[in-house]
Amino acid sequence: MTQATTASLSRAAYLRSALAATGSGLLRAFNANKTSWVGLGVFLIVAALAILAPWIAPYDPLDQNILFRLKPPSAEHWFGTDYYGRDTLSRILWGARISLAIGLLAIGSAMVLGTLIGMIAGYYGGRTDIIIMQIMDVLLAFPSLILGLIVVAMLGPSIANLVIAIALTAIPPFARIARAPTIAVKNREFIEAGRALGYSDTRLMFGHILPNIAPEILVMGSLWLATAIRVEASLAFIGLGVAPPTATWGGMIREGFENILDSFWLALFPSIAILIVVFALNLLGDGLRDAIDPRLRGEE
Amino acid sequence: MTAFVLKRLGFAVITLFAVLTIVFFIVRILPGDPAMAILGDQASQEALVALRARLGLDQPLYVQYVQFLGGVIVGDWGVSMVSGRPVIQEILKVLPATLELTIVSLILGAAVGIPLGVWSAVRRNKLPDYITRMASLLGLSFPAFVSAVLLLLVFAIQLRWFPVISSGQGTTLGERLRDLALPAINLGLIMAAYITRVARSAMLEVLNQDYVRTAYAKGLAFATIIWRHCLRNAMIPVVTVVGLYLGILIGNSVLTEIVFNRPGLGKLIIGALNQRDYTMLQGMMVIYTLIVVLVNLLTDLTYGLIDPRIKYS
Repeated sequence: MTQATTASLSRAAYLRSALAATGSGLLRAFNANKTSWVGLGVFLIVAALAILAPWIAPYDPLDQNILFRLKPPSAEHWFGTDYYGRDTLSRILWGARISLAIGLLAIGSAMVLGTLIGMIAGYYGGRTDIIIMQIMDVLLAFPSLILGLIVVAMLGPSIANLVIAIALTAIPPFARIARAPTIAVKNREFIEAGRALGYSDTRLMFGHILPNIAPEILVMGSLWLATAIRVEASLAFIGLGVAPPTATWGGMIREGFENILDSFWLALFPSIAILIVVFALNLLGDGLRDAIDPRLRGEE
Repeated sequence: MTAFVLKRLGFAVITLFAVLTIVFFIVRILPGDPAMAILGDQASQEALVALRARLGLDQPLYVQYVQFLGGVIVGDWGVSMVSGRPVIQEILKVLPATLELTIVSLILGAAVGIPLGVWSAVRRNKLPDYITRMASLLGLSFPAFVSAVLLLLVFAIQLRWFPVISSGQGTTLGERLRDLALPAINLGLIMAAYITRVARSAMLEVLNQDYVRTAYAKGLAFATIIWRHCLRNAMIPVVTVVGLYLGILIGNSVLTEIVFNRPGLGKLIIGALNQRDYTMLQGMMVIYTLIVVLVNLLTDLTYGLIDPRIKYS
């Protein structure tokens, strides 16, 4: 067997064991706190509804029917219709796709970048650490909604720009979360041993440190996904979301708010939708975090 | 103590300087020409050139940067491109309304959140604890505009207990309180959700300490142990978190002001964004940064008042 094959085999084995360690850590956490299962279950149902929207939505979300404007909930339109006669239920189902897509993309990228930045700061320490964390602290000093608002206003409201704006506000917390355990792990014997064997920094960071901090980062990810969905909806409510007529939950509440005196259901149903998803994700992340770190019990 | 305050002040100044630098460049890379934004796209070339010169936009970037920093320090934050009035005046006009809202919400949040957190911790893993934990988790799941819309729907539109629009212009105390009630309840309850959770976990930590067991053993009254011996020690994390959640509170105040149509920084920043009022945006970011840095500084200094064991060195 050549050296290259041995190396790639061992890399695959590392990856398998790293994934297994992360998976078993998360599973233990899930079983320690049953409410996490409820949160996960509700979130998966919403995700399934979003994915299946094109097949299960009773109407086209953009289909206008002026004769059926502002109709209250009925057998034909379970959640009523909006100002343009569009079916609210169909728009909520389609809107879920936007909320989840933006949330997942933003938090996914913030998680990757933030973890990388935090690991580099923690692993190398010294001046690198000070400079990186100082920049993160400056970013953290800014209220996230205001930062998001300015970035979207600057770049223009599109799905990609919303992802960038929300990711930017979420990178510093991930960097902080990744940095602390990296510092704790980097001086443990197994890392020393790796170093003595001549492993590269990259291999030590990704093969050995990352699996140790991954469960914590994933838990943080679920809590920040909740925040991301809330921020996206807030930006859409302000008028900085994906442009109409695309259905977004925040945008629907904004439109509903304009007709709140006579058609309250327009704002009510998308509000409930946001609340269900954000609550489910908080339930999921909160329970897992309690299980992973009992010191943080009940703390945001 | 003096050394500590000076060190924290130094850190605050560095943060402020860094954010101001970011703000300067963010505003400069905003798309569109500010001069054209003010005069419209039909404006003549001469008028555009003249306005750019008046706004200092024809100067090299580093000159504009130095002028900007100097202006911030001496309180000259430029002139609003829309209203033509000094930015600082416009901000100071609405700042009290936002401060009034956030401070009242914070007091409300603490008044509800701290006792609930203590109660939840004392009754750990019993029904009141579960209910409080679920309720607080639900509370922090509410986007501020959703809870604001729901409060408006129930208490202003259906029950008519409060005005739909909180003008914030009431002259008598009664009018002001009526205006303030719903927006403050909205922000206060969300804040209470955060504070309850932190107060609970801080109390749980304190309740396990040896000195608490000693207090029980020597027969002190339950209320004395909880409120006098435990709470004071549990307050440090609560104060830290309140300082950290200021960002959330500011973001939520923007949304609350929009829903209740209440004057304040939130409405000002949305107006500035819609009208591409660059100087106003710049000023808004400066004021937000100032508030955040100042509150962080105050949070650090408050520890010593709550916990005399903390020595500033």
